[in-house]
Amino acid sequence: MDQHLLSIVLFTPLAGMAILLFIPSESKRLLRMWANLAAFAGFLVSLPLVSRFRADVSGFQFEERASWIPTLGANYHIGIDGISLLLLMLTTLVGFLAVLSSWNAVHDRAKGYYAMFLLLQTGMIGVFISLDFFLFYIFWELVLVPMYFIIGIWGGPRKLYAAIKFFLYTLAGSVLMLLGILTLYFQHFSQFGTYTFEIADLMNLHMTLGMEQWVFWAFFLGFAIKVPMFPFHTWLPDAHVEAPTAGSVILASVLLKMGTYGFLRFSLPLLPKASVDQTIVQILAVLSIVGIVYGALVSLMQQDWKKLVAYSSVSHLGFCTLGIFSMNPNGIAGSVLQQVNHGISTGMLFLIIGVIYERRHTREISEYGGLAHVMPKFAVIFAIAMLSSAGLPLLNGFIGEFTILQGAFEASRVWAAFAVTGVVLGAAYLLWLYQRTMLGQVTNGKNLGLPDVSFREIAVFAPLIAWAFWIGIYPKPYFDILRRPVTEIVQRVRPGYFGAPAALAGRGQAAVAQVRSAQ
Amino acid sequence: MSQFYTSADHFTIIPAVMLALFGCAILLFDFLIFPDPRQRKWLVLFVAAAEVFTGYGLYQQYAYLAANGLSELTGFQGSVTVDGFGIFFNWIFLAAALIVALVSYKYLEIAGEHHGEYYALMLFAQCGMFFLATGTDLITLFIGLELMAISFYVMVGFLRTDKRSNEAALKYLLLGAFSSGFLVYGFSLMYGMAGSTKLADVAAAMSSRSSWDPVVVLAVITTSVGLLFKISAVPFHMWAPDAYEGAPTTVTAYLSVASKAAAIAFLLRIFLGPLASSREAWEPLLAAVAVATLTLGNLAAINQTNIKRLLAYSSISHAGYMLLGLVAGNDTGINGIAVYVMVYTFMNLGAFLVVISLRRQNIIGEDLDDISGLMRKSPGHAVLMLIFLLSLAGIPPTAGFLGKYYIFLALIQTGHYTLAVVATLYVAVAIYYYFKIVRSMFIGEVTEKAPLATSFGLRLALVVSGVLTLAIGIYPEPFLRLAQTSLLR
Repeated sequence: MDQHLLSIVLFTPLAGMAILLFIPSESKRLLRMWANLAAFAGFLVSLPLVSRFRADVSGFQFEERASWIPTLGANYHIGIDGISLLLLMLTTLVGFLAVLSSWNAVHDRAKGYYAMFLLLQTGMIGVFISLDFFLFYIFWELVLVPMYFIIGIWGGPRKLYAAIKFFLYTLAGSVLMLLGILTLYFQHFSQFGTYTFEIADLMNLHMTLGMEQWVFWAFFLGFAIKVPMFPFHTWLPDAHVEAPTAGSVILASVLLKMGTYGFLRFSLPLLPKASVDQTIVQILAVLSIVGIVYGALVSLMQQDWKKLVAYSSVSHLGFCTLGIFSMNPNGIAGSVLQQVNHGISTGMLFLIIGVIYERRHTREISEYGGLAHVMPKFAVIFAIAMLSSAGLPLLNGFIGEFTILQGAFEASRVWAAFAVTGVVLGAAYLLWLYQRTMLGQVTNGKNLGLPDVSFREIAVFAPLIAWAFWIGIYPKPYFDILRRPVTEIVQRVRPGYFGAPAALAGRGQAAVAQVRSAQ
Repeated sequence: MSQFYTSADHFTIIPAVMLALFGCAILLFDFLIFPDPRQRKWLVLFVAAAEVFTGYGLYQQYAYLAANGLSELTGFQGSVTVDGFGIFFNWIFLAAALIVALVSYKYLEIAGEHHGEYYALMLFAQCGMFFLATGTDLITLFIGLELMAISFYVMVGFLRTDKRSNEAALKYLLLGAFSSGFLVYGFSLMYGMAGSTKLADVAAAMSSRSSWDPVVVLAVITTSVGLLFKISAVPFHMWAPDAYEGAPTTVTAYLSVASKAAAIAFLLRIFLGPLASSREAWEPLLAAVAVATLTLGNLAAINQTNIKRLLAYSSISHAGYMLLGLVAGNDTGINGIAVYVMVYTFMNLGAFLVVISLRRQNIIGEDLDDISGLMRKSPGHAVLMLIFLLSLAGIPPTAGFLGKYYIFLALIQTGHYTLAVVATLYVAVAIYYYFKIVRSMFIGEVTEKAPLATSFGLRLALVVSGVLTLAIGIYPEPFLRLAQTSLLR
């Protein structure tokens, strides 16, 4: 049981989907209950990972390996470290909440809808736990198809355009990434005489800087489009605005993290020379900062509630990539934490939009105003989500952004200075949004009779709010979990960072000190 | 001079003999015992029996090679060579013929043209394919090619009262004959250089000359033109969309899969045999043709509203991917072509099977509108079609991904980075037009309510292709091992 725990986590949603297919389409209630049950089971089976995960052990845990395609050298090899654990838990929790939030939202073709979500869930989990590049790629692509259908069938008026745009953008990036993977695969063959997709083995490669750079850019296209980094972000607002609420939540909370995770798991450790190459780092940092500021400025201008949150994602993910390319423990640890934070707070913001959209069927900000009088509980939830996204101390967003800025400052003061404007602008567009929709008098008569959030809706928000406070008030366990994997990445890309080799034994402590100072 | 026809000779061509005998038997029995058209569906059993015997023959040949540790078995003084390559391709022809026969009877009944000759022609065509995959003599190869092509000319025009079918047959015949002319011209130049029609002799004669020797260049060009015609590579692709659209859909399926596989086998025999030494002359040529094929195939498919035509252009683009494997030219590339042909067989057949199901009494069922709302009407068909289309586009975890994977890997190994980037980016273009069909099926509304045509054979064939397309994608190991046997040349 224990040695297959990770496989069980991976395949529970898929098994749930398989059974779901046998439930007749007419019995909507049964379908809904089963889908929620399966998604909840998916979350429950992932909980033991947290309790059994050991933050004081290096390398991967819960590893499983089985021969899969020996002819190609591809294995079924899964395992998690601190970074994967956090993103995995985010996936299982948010995945369940997204299914739960769809209770009343989806009536048409409910069977297909839930089947797609469960399939998506397995795909996303697979991305975060694969330790074999081939397996990773399969899951990476597997995610595209259900998401296409979620946007394309259950989406808004321009769903067809948004769905195919999402598909084509991400596909174009990922096939180029495939070429990068194949280059590494072939390099391993020519250097060691064996074909393998094992990430641990591929780390032994010695490549020239030029070769590493080419592969880096191939990976970059795959990951940057997914994140999305400026200027590859244009699919995101379309996809977010047209997707149904639960689709937006999954997209923002989990799917985008696949890109940042890709940088951390593959680009940095596999291509250390290219990753610290000054030109590349400068370009990526500048793109991140442009993303931060541009995303925030565009958010300020939005008339559409959902579009505003979508562009805020571009800005927040800019922080995450900036943290990664600061290439120091603070930046990277902050980036991972901020990825989780963004998953929580932006997930909540999209859920909030879903709640109000179910009641009013419009997302025009000007249609609202003074909702706090009509829906007080809703106003409190929205306030928490908004402040968590804006980075108010005591809530999760603060600690993530703060640590990233620390890392960025260490790397370059100029970067930090520009990035800080993103924080200010972020507070501006979020507070202004809150003011326009919730405060003041009720100006639109249609808003007068709106019912406040129901028990089920509160149940969807409660875990996320609790999590937001937990990270905000006591982030130490998170930094503990992240310490070792982050140290390993930094050690890999900047071998001299923790001092001379003689001091290697003490490098763990040094990293602790670095990370602790973040708190 | 050895004996004219020994038992060893016979052993090398058992499968072809079986196909020819059963083909003749069908002609005879059709006329003797199945005068009632409604009974003719039992002729499928004849095809099945023929394939069982053919398969048994192939298996025996394979077992003989394996038991004696041989890599090849020659017959008729080297005119026919049975090797891993030939056997592998023949398995593909066999699978394609079986699946097509299974779905044909219902389709032809609906079209009102159910005649026994159809099955006989299928077997004769397959007999020609056998020699295309195993022939090692210019004459044998050419006869095999013509046997296959002539059977197809007739089959494409099988709907005698349908103008489109007649037009398609005529176009295919004229262009096919034209291309055969080029091919024979190239062959005659090769014969002129070698004084022999055996591929081995031709190869020896050509390798003693420079690649830029005018005769060699002329032979390379004319032969290439002929071969590229057969696999419908750009700029010799013009016949394909018309022939595919006009032919009965079952024939289109057979043509697009088996005939293409046979032409690829033929092409590999020539390019890796006699033309191997003049690689520097044809490699840039083929690379350019492959890119042009990918470009035109993919771009022209975007605007098609007829599904058969769309699939025709998509199959042109697939020929481009296969050519890229030959451009890379290393073992990975050749193995990649074998894998590609194998997965292409099942996914492309599968897609056509769904189109065949759309043909009902009084409904042609070939337009994008005809497939609209299929998910609501017949979810099983829609999901299978989705799997086939994803596979055609090369999205994991379907079989099509593996085919593309090998081609990309071969290109990277041989340093053709630019070609690799071009080839991968066309995957994104392809997804756009394949998803036009998906969009219509899953998001469009039901436009006409008539249920899909179905029969036992059609259901069986659909399930088999669907299961294989997924199985090869998820657990490819046994299939990859099978494809590796094709490297034994």
